[in-house]
Amino acid sequence: MRAASTSPVVGGIASLGFVGLLAAGAFAGLLVEGAGDLRSAVAGFDAYLLRVAGFTLRQALLSTLVSVGPAMLVARALSRHPAFIGRRALLMLFALPLALPALVAALGVLALLGRAGFAAGFFGWIGGGQWPGIYGLPGILVAHAFFNLPLATRLFLHALDAIPADQWRLASQLGMGTGARWRLIEWPVLRATLPGVAGLVFMLCLASFTIVLTLGGGPAATTLEVAIYQSLRFDFDPARALALTMLQLGLTALVLTLLLRLGADLGGDASLSVAARRYETPSRLATGFDAAAVLLAAILVAGPLLAILAAGLRADLGRLATEGAVRDAVATSLVLAGLSAVLCVVLTLSMARTRHRLAAARRGTRPGFAERALDTGAGLILVVPPIVIGAGWFILLRQVADVFALAPVMVVTVNAAMAIPFATRAIRPAHDDAAIRHDRLCAQLGIGGFDRWRLIDWPVLRRPLATGFAFAMALSLGDLGVIALFGSDAVQTLPYLLFQRMGSYRTADAAGLALILALLCLCLMMAAERLGGRKT
Amino acid sequence: MTDATRGFAGADVTLDAVTFAWPGGGPMLFDLSVAAGEILAIMGPSGSGKSTLLSLIAGFEAPSAGTIRIGGKAVSMLAPAARPVSMIFQENNLFAHLDVAANVGLGRSPSLRLTADDRTQVEQALARVGLAGKERRLPRELSGGERQRVALARALVRDRPVLLLDEAFGSLGPALRDEMLDLVAGLHESKRMTILMVTHDPGDARRIAPRTAFLDNGRIAASGATAEVFAAGRSAAFDRYLGEGTPR
Repeated sequence: MRAASTSPVVGGIASLGFVGLLAAGAFAGLLVEGAGDLRSAVAGFDAYLLRVAGFTLRQALLSTLVSVGPAMLVARALSRHPAFIGRRALLMLFALPLALPALVAALGVLALLGRAGFAAGFFGWIGGGQWPGIYGLPGILVAHAFFNLPLATRLFLHALDAIPADQWRLASQLGMGTGARWRLIEWPVLRATLPGVAGLVFMLCLASFTIVLTLGGGPAATTLEVAIYQSLRFDFDPARALALTMLQLGLTALVLTLLLRLGADLGGDASLSVAARRYETPSRLATGFDAAAVLLAAILVAGPLLAILAAGLRADLGRLATEGAVRDAVATSLVLAGLSAVLCVVLTLSMARTRHRLAAARRGTRPGFAERALDTGAGLILVVPPIVIGAGWFILLRQVADVFALAPVMVVTVNAAMAIPFATRAIRPAHDDAAIRHDRLCAQLGIGGFDRWRLIDWPVLRRPLATGFAFAMALSLGDLGVIALFGSDAVQTLPYLLFQRMGSYRTADAAGLALILALLCLCLMMAAERLGGRKT
Repeated sequence: MTDATRGFAGADVTLDAVTFAWPGGGPMLFDLSVAAGEILAIMGPSGSGKSTLLSLIAGFEAPSAGTIRIGGKAVSMLAPAARPVSMIFQENNLFAHLDVAANVGLGRSPSLRLTADDRTQVEQALARVGLAGKERRLPRELSGGERQRVALARALVRDRPVLLLDEAFGSLGPALRDEMLDLVAGLHESKRMTILMVTHDPGDARRIAPRTAFLDNGRIAASGATAEVFAAGRSAAFDRYLGEGTPR
């Protein structure tokens, strides 16, 4: 657009620069440290580190297998039966894990399958002896499946639902049986979606910190991220942290490159499905098989959820609610998460504005560097795990300041940056849509500056901004990554307090806190969903 | 607003060797002169540069060379809002979240701080285009024709000497379109503004435009009295554009 002011362009570049600085500062911290003590950094690459890296990859691979494989069967089952009682409820159930912090899910798995869990008696009876509790790799796999199986199911179902009804009509006219339908219609669609879904799940599991920290239960089941945390918090060995971080980044970059080569779309966006009529009556056997798949998946998801609820309600919620430490932690969490969400929305909006300005100005020619950076640059932050950013700044700042005093700043900024890709999904389409409709009109009528914000942009973008805010706040509220590094008695968030209570075996307290945290996050996520739904 | 941007009489529009090119597109060259108070129809195939021509005059695009004058003054350096021009697009003329009165009111004040006099003007303009009593409606509660009437009402309260219509009625049915054209002709009668109107329909041109310019491939291929331009055999390109058997 002609006569566009330069200020929004500056704003977006500044925002991107801020995110870049956040990542660059972390790297600087690591590099300065590594250069100062090169020998120990190199020595950090030892057998232990390789073992940790091996386990990191192994658990991510297995988690992907146990999540994505069954998800295909569940998705096909749901797609084959577009109308049965409870289908809608089931899909909503499958949306729940994504709204929960990883810490809460880990606690749910423990409350159900831990040594003293609800299911311990049952498994002890089956195994004929004392149930040892689900720690280590099995626990990690269950928790990862709890998150990712429903996610993958929703993504696959979305793909299956996109098959045009005409194809089903044709299949039924040609007399295709279950096998032929699978081979000729369903599998090709699933196969096309598979790299993206599996890649997304693999990346999520590769960067999983909280679940491994709480369910790993020992040095045998430690991932790189947890090892980074331990080397900084307990051993205070920055050289090792540096080696671990480098390896984690290298692995992530490698996997991401491979996935992008495979043409995986890591966007992962599943909306509630609208199933086409399939003109098909599955056989009894097939129906039974489908029912079993769906039932098992439902148990996997509902089990830990119910365990959180039951264990939480058994806790002395009345006492917790009046306890000073709990109240402080809730207040701290809400304030920090709120600030983080505001920062996230401001950064996201200014980047979206600048990107749109640049795209409009170039009119169909190849996008310039700045625009491409704004397009994908902020998304790359997901590749750099929060624990790595936290670790870098931790190492950098410890020489000049009291790192624990900086906890609020770190929690707010790092979580804000981490939520940008999600906020972008809520905000950018609405922003671009509105800008396309309004830019010429505003230029023509001379509506600019604050008037444009007050009269045009705010009324239209209010809802998507609120969606992005609620989403970012929920993510920040449930995060344990940054606060695990920077937390102290002086600055405690709710997840940090919960983690401490778990560590000191105050299990009932932890369960109660998990329920409170889960409810807070659920409310925010529901608000986000509500606000993001079709407006008038 | 000064007399340069607002006034009852129209202003003449001159394009002097104005060149422009879309990225990857061929060069366009416009030489055009429209007298004050004239109505000019602009026709031509898709991609011939009709909308680009209007966008250059309105200031949405900047020419790479040449001069655009409105009322004798060069306007190339002016932002769209500062030019003595109102433009109506085929769609998206209104802010969907603002009611009819606010959409028209923005033509008086871009910050929507309206004086009592402004409000009267808005009311009168809406009455003039046949929308009295619909001030509080939202655009989605109006028909397509009514939405374009709101845009016309806003052009009325802005009161700029040049009105550009970029296929403004192109998505309306034939009867409704004639009605709108008659409304424009009526407004022209009282205001005498200069009107440049892009259209695909020869009937539109014949109904209200004494003069027609035909654009082809980024140039003005023919220009003159509407009846003459439409006379068969004058221009092969124009005949091709209209096609065989089109009533002339």
